[in-house]
Amino acid sequence: MLQTLRIISGRLLQAIPAILGIIIVTFFLTRALPGDPAVYFAGPAADAESIAEIRHELGLDKPLPSQFLIYLQDLYQGDLGMSIGTGRPVIEELGRRLPASIELTLCALVFAISIAIPLGLLSATRPDTWIDHLTRMIVTMGVSLPTFFTGLFFIYIFYYLLGIAPSPLGRLDFIYLSPPHVTGFYLIDSLIDGDWEVFFASLSQLILPSITLGLFVLAPLARMTRASMLQVLSSDFIRTAKANGLPRRKILMTYAFRNALLPILTTMGMVFSFLLGSNVLVEKVFAWPGIGSFAIEALIASDYAAVQCFVLAMAILYVFLNLMIDVIYTLVDPRIKLSG
Amino acid sequence: MKNLKHIKYVLTENPITFGSVILFLLFILTAIFGPLLIPFDPLASDTENALNPPSALHWFGTDQLGRDVFSRVVVATRLDLFIALVAVILSFVVGSILGSLAGYYGGWTDRIVGRFLDTIMAFPLFVLAMAIVAALGNTIENIVYATAIINLPFYARVARAEVNVLRNSPFVEAALVSGNSHMKLLCFQIFPNAMPPMMVQLSLNMGWAILNAAGLSFIGLGVKPPDAEWGIMVAEGANYIISGEWWVALFPGAVLMLAVFCFNLLGDGLRDIFDPRKRS
Repeated sequence: MLQTLRIISGRLLQAIPAILGIIIVTFFLTRALPGDPAVYFAGPAADAESIAEIRHELGLDKPLPSQFLIYLQDLYQGDLGMSIGTGRPVIEELGRRLPASIELTLCALVFAISIAIPLGLLSATRPDTWIDHLTRMIVTMGVSLPTFFTGLFFIYIFYYLLGIAPSPLGRLDFIYLSPPHVTGFYLIDSLIDGDWEVFFASLSQLILPSITLGLFVLAPLARMTRASMLQVLSSDFIRTAKANGLPRRKILMTYAFRNALLPILTTMGMVFSFLLGSNVLVEKVFAWPGIGSFAIEALIASDYAAVQCFVLAMAILYVFLNLMIDVIYTLVDPRIKLSG
Repeated sequence: MKNLKHIKYVLTENPITFGSVILFLLFILTAIFGPLLIPFDPLASDTENALNPPSALHWFGTDQLGRDVFSRVVVATRLDLFIALVAVILSFVVGSILGSLAGYYGGWTDRIVGRFLDTIMAFPLFVLAMAIVAALGNTIENIVYATAIINLPFYARVARAEVNVLRNSPFVEAALVSGNSHMKLLCFQIFPNAMPPMMVQLSLNMGWAILNAAGLSFIGLGVKPPDAEWGIMVAEGANYIISGEWWVALFPGAVLMLAVFCFNLLGDGLRDIFDPRKRS
């Protein structure tokens, strides 16, 4: 147990240089953003003098290294600046929108896993048959689909032509009130509230965007499942299990699949990179009020602080997810404890 | 000769790879000759014939300004392939230099390069590309740079791993004791042997680079409106989807998908060609 804790804290320490790198990169990227925030804050009627004054107030006239130090200090205090667009602290705005994005990403992940793993198992148990080739085709198609395009056509088919999907405008149809805020996840909040109608309404809004997003990550998951299952299935202990006459189902699920899970877990990092990235596109298509659509608005308005905060939040979220994967890996794989 | 035979074997054995090679050639031809053959001017608007459905005259219909969607899709091929190709070549070159140096010299070089790559990989890659284009400015050139940067780690890692193994192999030692300089060794002995896995990566990344560039212009970064590009055409068509004018977004999106699909299949096929374990 102590051993495990030590390994986990070692992993936590390894994340520090990554976070430092992220902070430096985001700082320099957003300082280079076109558009002068001082001019924006000063308003249209401002003369050169008042612009200079505001620039001084914002600390924009200082040299870059000292601007960076100020930035670090602000970060430490949790002050990420004001959004030009809304005039409110960006961190508040992002915090308000984050649950929407996370809910969407998680639903997409659940969808992807529940399709990709059976597909991978199917092709691993029947390698080089037509089923194997077909699943390979399907997942390659999934990763070739531009998410924004798939989303649009789901809307066209299921909303415009068939009329079975709700209008693609956000998390809830306007005839419903959003459930009382507890976690920010509408699915959970509506259940806590005991309001089934809102639950199903928000579920039906979630279906199309989650499938759109999930299709994109079928490929890495299914391929890794297939590859790692094939490897496990050719190992000695499976041969022994077969020779001992264990039922096929037990061999596959209990012995093979559990051992094949570890390599699948390592692809999750890439899966999350894909998910968080294309989240932005899917949110735009479905007018989803998450942090992705917020970032797009901020980019167009060249809103310094908001873009910086978004990139920072995404990167830190991603580092955190990778850490979690590592920790789960450590907990699940007994070999790490022995060698570490 | 043996290689040619093997390529022929892979092509004929796997009809999917064969199909993707044909499709690939078709895309290349379209990119080169397409702009000469199109029936309409891709930028000429004709507001009287706006949003016409596909017909014998306008195969893919017309968009909100009455421009011929087919001509625009064809013209966009060159721009999209160009962005992806330049970006991928750029990251191939820079990535293999960085990776080879790190793999060959190890030590501090390796650590610094490693940290640099880790920092890139610490971002969700599309988000990083967004931030780069936003920061450097909204031009096609910067889409190329952004796409190149986010692809860099893949090449650098493959190159590093390959070089690291090869530098200890007997033929490299033999070349070293016969008086070759380290640079010469790296360039002429080690790197050519590290090429095959890099080539596979190249094709797989092409598809991804196209998707990425199109995604960026879909959210309004990079290519600017009157220009024809698949991503921006889908974005323009998006407004007409809910009123039933599907053709404005469908055709550029479908061609985009086909191009990415083609490169992904081609990458798989190349892997079969270069993978020695499949050679019989």
